[in-house]
Amino acid sequence: MAKYLLLKHYRGAPAAVNDVPMDQWTPDEVSTHIQYMQDFAAKLEETGEFVDGQALAPEGSWVRYDGEGRPPVTDGPFAETKDLIAGWMVIDVDTHQRAVELAGELSAAPGAGGRPIHEWLELRPFLGAPPTITE
Amino acid sequence: MTAPVDDVLVRSLVPGVLGVLVRRGADFAAAEDAVQEALVDAVRSWPTAPPRDPTGWLVTVAWRRFLDVTRAETTRRRREETVADEPPSGPAPSADDTLRLYFLCAHPSLTPASGVALTLRAVGGLTTRQIAAAYLVPEATMAQRISRAKRTVSDVRFTEPGDVATVLRVLYLVFNEGYSGDVDLAAEAIRLTRQLAAAVDHPEVAGLLALMLLHHARRAARTAPDGSLVPLAEQDRRRWDTALISEGVQVLQAVLGRDRLGEYQAQAAIAALHADARSAAETDWVQIVEWYDELVRLTGSPVVQLNRAVAVGEADGPRAGLAALAAVDDVLPRHRAVAAYLHEKDGDRTTAARLYAEAAGMAGNAAERDHLTRQAARLNSR
Repeated sequence: MAKYLLLKHYRGAPAAVNDVPMDQWTPDEVSTHIQYMQDFAAKLEETGEFVDGQALAPEGSWVRYDGEGRPPVTDGPFAETKDLIAGWMVIDVDTHQRAVELAGELSAAPGAGGRPIHEWLELRPFLGAPPTITE
Repeated sequence: MTAPVDDVLVRSLVPGVLGVLVRRGADFAAAEDAVQEALVDAVRSWPTAPPRDPTGWLVTVAWRRFLDVTRAETTRRRREETVADEPPSGPAPSADDTLRLYFLCAHPSLTPASGVALTLRAVGGLTTRQIAAAYLVPEATMAQRISRAKRTVSDVRFTEPGDVATVLRVLYLVFNEGYSGDVDLAAEAIRLTRQLAAAVDHPEVAGLLALMLLHHARRAARTAPDGSLVPLAEQDRRRWDTALISEGVQVLQAVLGRDRLGEYQAQAAIAALHADARSAAETDWVQIVEWYDELVRLTGSPVVQLNRAVAVGEADGPRAGLAALAAVDDVLPRHRAVAAYLHEKDGDRTTAARLYAEAAGMAGNAAERDHLTRQAARLNSR
């Protein structure tokens, strides 16, 4: 019973094996890919392991506090930012091994030529609640 | 005149009611759904019309619900067949049924998460929504987890003998690894363990119950008002619940007298020695080390060896603690936290600060990470 975040990157992850930008796939390949992602989420809900999944717009802005009584400062997007998150999925699984297995399955989503993308997904454990018994 | 329904009392009737339905021939999954629906009815109608025999009421309503579903299904096949409206005069709830239900819901074919979810629903009588909220997952996910668990155990005979150890593991998880939400999982784990102790005479059930009571007794002292963790040595012991402690000690003493030691009893014995000390300085660390030696012998667990090193550090000094720690696998979470603690006691504040910072980076939960970060900051700021 541990939650993990599966992070998908637009940019910043090591290069995928089947590294062709999505806009150069055929429309059918795009549809097949999207169907795979939906089926994956549906399957996880059916196994009782799905928590959340969201996609993010490719670009956003940066915001910071600028002092009492002043509006926040906004800036960006910065083209030089190395890491860009594309979306995430949160899973609740029994073991770390299971989390790795599921991330591997998600990384096998079909891309160009209908072949698996083999993209790198980032797997991050949640910090959960402290256990009661520690001594 | 209306009185609110005592939720805990109603839920305590669930295992008996479910047991009756299953022994009348209802399949487990359908019977469990029917009992849940009867609970909803009870909450609605009991405030204005409290039944004289709550168990009998729940059995009757749940059985009707079960028949409604069965009838709806059989009608499709054989429209002319009628099913008896009145429940057959059946067996009364028994302790054996309760025990079988625990076995089924913690069946070894279930993953820990599934066993926990099914136990909380079918034995505890909690709703899927409550269980989902307690474990911070969507209700649909928890509903699937529960129905999948039911399917997994659908071929298990209700009368199949089970293993108390698997049940205890599930109850331990509910107690130890719950988030704190609207449902008090620790209190629920204690209630379910008490109920199990009433259904079966087993030394480790008593051991686990004592362990839970002794740790639950410290709950108010374990967190500061801002939510941060207060380590055992710094807890205000006047805030410990003395009634829970004396009950825990009593349960433990009775079971230790039977001389059939197990790991929960040994853990409870350690908790009892802490409870016994009026201040951290008065703790009987020598005896605690002896109990850890027993625990190492019983479990061989590296986590136990890690905790033993802390106890050795208190009993025989930090150098002895560090020597004991050297024999423990250092990939364990909390290994660095223990090392930091012992190094500080040994007067090496620089090493302790570095290890606390490393330990914070490896912590598995935010409260512990924040505590360890504060320790590093304390040592670095002078």
